[in-house]
Amino acid sequence: MRKPGTVKARTQLPKSPTGIQGLDEITGGGLPKGRPTLICGGAGCGKTLLAMEFLVRGATQFNEPGVFMAFEETARDLTKNVASLGFNLKDLAAQKKIVLDFVYFDGDEIEQAGEYDLEGLFIRLGHAIDSIGAKRVVLDTIESLFSGLPNPGILRAEIRRLFRWLKDRDVTAIITGERGDGALTRQGLEEYVSDCVIVLDHRVSDQVSSRRLRVVKYRGSTHGTNEYPFLIDEDGISVLPVTSLGLQQIASSERVPTGVGRLDAMLGGAGYFRGSSVLVSGTAGTGKTSLAAHFAAAACRRGERALYIAFEESPSQIMRNMLSIGIDLEPWVQKGLLRFQANRPTFAGLEMHLTTIHKAIKAFKPQVVIVDPLTSFISGGIETEVKAMIMRLVDLLKMNETTSLFTSLSLSGGALEQTQVAIASLVDTWLLLRDIEIGGERNRGMYILKSRGMAHSNQIREFLLTAQGVELRDVYVGPSGVLTGSARMVQEAQEQAALMTRNQEVERRQIELERKRTTLEAQVLALRAEFAVQEIASMKIIGQEQAEDAQLAQERTDMGLSRKADTTPYKQKGTSK
Amino acid sequence: MRQNPMKAELSAPAPAKEERQSHILRLYIAGQTPKSMSAFSNLKKICEDYLPGRYQIQVVDLVINPQMAREDQILAIPTLVRKLPLPECKIIGDLSNTERVLIGLGLLPRK
Repeated sequence: MRKPGTVKARTQLPKSPTGIQGLDEITGGGLPKGRPTLICGGAGCGKTLLAMEFLVRGATQFNEPGVFMAFEETARDLTKNVASLGFNLKDLAAQKKIVLDFVYFDGDEIEQAGEYDLEGLFIRLGHAIDSIGAKRVVLDTIESLFSGLPNPGILRAEIRRLFRWLKDRDVTAIITGERGDGALTRQGLEEYVSDCVIVLDHRVSDQVSSRRLRVVKYRGSTHGTNEYPFLIDEDGISVLPVTSLGLQQIASSERVPTGVGRLDAMLGGAGYFRGSSVLVSGTAGTGKTSLAAHFAAAACRRGERALYIAFEESPSQIMRNMLSIGIDLEPWVQKGLLRFQANRPTFAGLEMHLTTIHKAIKAFKPQVVIVDPLTSFISGGIETEVKAMIMRLVDLLKMNETTSLFTSLSLSGGALEQTQVAIASLVDTWLLLRDIEIGGERNRGMYILKSRGMAHSNQIREFLLTAQGVELRDVYVGPSGVLTGSARMVQEAQEQAALMTRNQEVERRQIELERKRTTLEAQVLALRAEFAVQEIASMKIIGQEQAEDAQLAQERTDMGLSRKADTTPYKQKGTSK
Repeated sequence: MRQNPMKAELSAPAPAKEERQSHILRLYIAGQTPKSMSAFSNLKKICEDYLPGRYQIQVVDLVINPQMAREDQILAIPTLVRKLPLPECKIIGDLSNTERVLIGLGLLPRK
């Protein structure tokens, strides 16, 4: 039950687990085994229910049968009342796991004539315990004896004896008591003879009621001493403590994409840490919900479950609005990966909210939780309480390795780096959305205020909501400051124009070069052709000249023959023939 | 205690004697404690004095019959229950205060 490292359980006295969510954590394992515990509080604060749940859980989960001795409600009424919480007392009674005994007495019908004692009650209780081997006993509410029986002196002595007797029988007992003036109980008796006292409280502040539980005394054991909120719903009692016990969460180094590519890049290229808490703060209309929806959709796309806790918009409204920026959440809802839980913050007290969130997380086991917006809680509680509650929520989520994203509405005019509930120190990553007013325009800007444990961009990005979702753009820093919106566009256009001119110039030069090349190549060709013509002509001339030479030589020979010359001028020629 | 508690408890009034036994009184005790003993003797004396021959006393020892405590809604010991005449009424204590017993049994008017 207990988280390691808080209290050494070995040296503690034996305890009887209640099985009630959260109560065992506060008491370090349950109620003192074999001893009486007093549960007191005003009317309607849940005493009987807590006692009954202790008994039923004992019978069903811990194999400890129990006796419920009712002094105020009849067995039938009790059975009916707790049936609405899913406890079937009839079955348990039939299985001999629980005995319900209604003690009826009416002061008007009883005459006292002399000394008496409560041995009848002892025998009755003893018989009930023996009949099923009970280990747990509830007496609800024993002090009503005082209204029915005469002689309080005897009763006081007898009730003391009863507590001792219960200890001797080694049963773990719960005695309920109505809260008295100034004292925990009306008779001021039970709290002294009990080994453990738990006070229940049901208070209303600002028209919102909240139930609280406090362990006032626990002999021989340490215990949580705070007031812990608790809730009664269809599953019985849940006390909400679980998380505020320590900082023992395991920090994962796994990263979760944010759903916005550019934002991932800004967060060290990979997104948030799994199990970290992210705060998105900003003034109205800066795109907090859109960023949250991106994150939820991205989680669902990875096949993870996301719980979207909305306090200002209904699920269908969120889905419709997100569709306008291209995020379709409906398929994920249908697939069961995305669950909305939408409540008005004023619907219940803080604890109730926390407990319902707690229960939803336990039941749905989401990897991603979105609370939109966190600031709505302020309307339902005092700031310190809100902070404590958020701390618990953050702890709870971290313990479950759930990545959480909270949105927070900053009031315009206030410092942006200040959230209303001062939870900045609790979160790991803080994204700040702000509007930038320049040149008669309002544009959105975003930057990372902090992100623990990762390198992150220090740049302001312009935050655009397009039909395809959130887009982050570089902003321009000009002489008059940061440029966004149309100023950025003008700047972009100018740069574009300059780029175009440069490109054209390059192109022009290239064309020029090409032209030169072609011209030169044409010239080369022409020269070559001319050369070829000249070559042919030269060759012809050479050929003619050779032919003429040969002709001349022939003619000379012929002439010599005709002259019958004996000497030939070309002897060689002649002899060679 | 002169009477066997079990026997006394089982002795139901016979219809013929109804006229005579107008008062059926059941005394619940837990073991033979001094308080129980004195309750029984006080009761016996009052009955002899005020209801001679018209009463029947049944003694139930819860130590022997513990389930009777639940069935008859007994808390205090000793408890005297007037079974008849109806309505049932209860007197708790050792019955040492005769006046209160008589008032409880309806033999004296309430003040």
